[in-house]
Amino acid sequence: MIRRAGEHGLLVETGALEVSHRLDAALRDERPPEVLEVVPGPETVLVVAPGADQARLRELLERLAARCRDAPPGGHGESGGGAGLPYEGGPGESGGGSGLTYEGGPGAGSYKPGESGGGSGSTYEGAGRVTVPVTYDGADLESVAEAAGISVDEVVARHTGRELVVGWLGFAPGFAYLIGLDPVLHMPRLATPRTSVPAGSVAIAGPYSAVYPTASPGGWRLLGRTDARVWDVSAEPPTPFRPGTRVRFEVA
Amino acid sequence: MIEVLAPGPYATVQDLGRHGYAHLGVPSSGAADAGSLRLANRLVGNPERLAGVEVTFGLARLRFLEGAWVALAGAPCPVSGGASGAGMGVPFWVPKGAEVRLGTPEWGLRTYLAVRGGVAVEPVLGSRSTDSLSGLGPPPLRAGTILPVGPAAGLAGIAVDLAPLAGPRPAVLRVLPGPRDDWFASGALETLCAAPYAVSQDSNRVGVRLRGAEPARAREGELPSEGMVTGAVQVPPSGQPIVFLSDHPPTGGYPVIAVVADADLPVAAQLRPGDEVRFKVLPHV
Repeated sequence: MIRRAGEHGLLVETGALEVSHRLDAALRDERPPEVLEVVPGPETVLVVAPGADQARLRELLERLAARCRDAPPGGHGESGGGAGLPYEGGPGESGGGSGLTYEGGPGAGSYKPGESGGGSGSTYEGAGRVTVPVTYDGADLESVAEAAGISVDEVVARHTGRELVVGWLGFAPGFAYLIGLDPVLHMPRLATPRTSVPAGSVAIAGPYSAVYPTASPGGWRLLGRTDARVWDVSAEPPTPFRPGTRVRFEVA
Repeated sequence: MIEVLAPGPYATVQDLGRHGYAHLGVPSSGAADAGSLRLANRLVGNPERLAGVEVTFGLARLRFLEGAWVALAGAPCPVSGGASGAGMGVPFWVPKGAEVRLGTPEWGLRTYLAVRGGVAVEPVLGSRSTDSLSGLGPPPLRAGTILPVGPAAGLAGIAVDLAPLAGPRPAVLRVLPGPRDDWFASGALETLCAAPYAVSQDSNRVGVRLRGAEPARAREGELPSEGMVTGAVQVPPSGQPIVFLSDHPPTGGYPVIAVVADADLPVAAQLRPGDEVRFKVLPHV
């Protein structure tokens, strides 16, 4: 179903995050010139296109959305990826279930760490993959281990042991909600948020992990920090993350 | 260059916004009443997209360190300060060293000052706008802020002597229902449109917060976060609607009952705390 969001917006219901990501990728390949914004969410994609022929745009979106819903797991693109991404951790159940090979969208990997001085410390391979080196010395590392009933080493092993995927960005520019976190590490936010969390802090909350792109108040539990810059307004794009990017944390 | 002697209650640099980055969590920002910024720019021969100053509730004082052509549009303020012919809706020359002083607007909230050549602060992600939500772009103006002015070379001539000032438009926001009108009980849109809302004191560039009747929900719980458009009428659990303006978050989890028509966004942007405003449903086109 496609819902109207004002005069220039169409909200496509995808029902599942991976379908949102596929539609986002399809729209990067086949983007009508009037499209100003494409905003994937857990169960929707918002397309804002001032001046577009609404009927025609709706038709295109219906066609692309149908293709994205029907796409076989691991369709085109990445063949060597292999790692089944735990989309089941995200909101909204998809028909695909677990073990899906996620298709990295074409163009998702256009971020080059060498360019514009951005991304120093990160390595990027293929379409939309990012490795984030982490120094695990966060203020909440021990309390997380305690709450989970495991050792600090095992917290690190579980945090680095899975490939995560950027579900969507929000809260602040460049703040990516990474899904697929090991369920043992799922825990609520701090009861009292910190007034300032430094940029580069690597944290968890609920079913998500994230890297704070800039210093901000925050209630997520801090596991460590990275020197990789995940937000740099002088780089284009300003962040290596976009919806669908695969992310792996590693011990620095 | 322009020196800010006093910004008034709140003033920022604004152009037509930071587009194409909503999927990275970047608000669109830009002039809340874009039509007025465009008009002020046209009056001094600028392309409509150049950056100007958005003054909230007047009372700003600016000193021009070099002579410049200036125009003002939006909420009408008395203008003084030594430039002859200065006023709303007219291009006027401000000699070197002279000031532009704005009084309190007669009606409305936001006044736009355009300078020939545009305010040339460093763009961030393609825009010079201050984003009050995320902090992108230049900080809000303070006493002592120096604003560079761009070159006038190559701009169109100044062709208009006077743009007739429009009076205040009726405080009516026409809305298109949805995208989440089905999250509300039948009759909720009628509730929204039945009686006027009062504009709350905590309104800002993110949104106009309203006090009044609460549209009843048909579904409880939170919506999975989804993309939000400017003009969205979001209804949080308090039931008190918020009309999103330029600095709204790009995604949100409260259902949007309706979206304000583009043509009425300037009306929303000019509402003052304490004003009354009504909604009216546009037929689905």
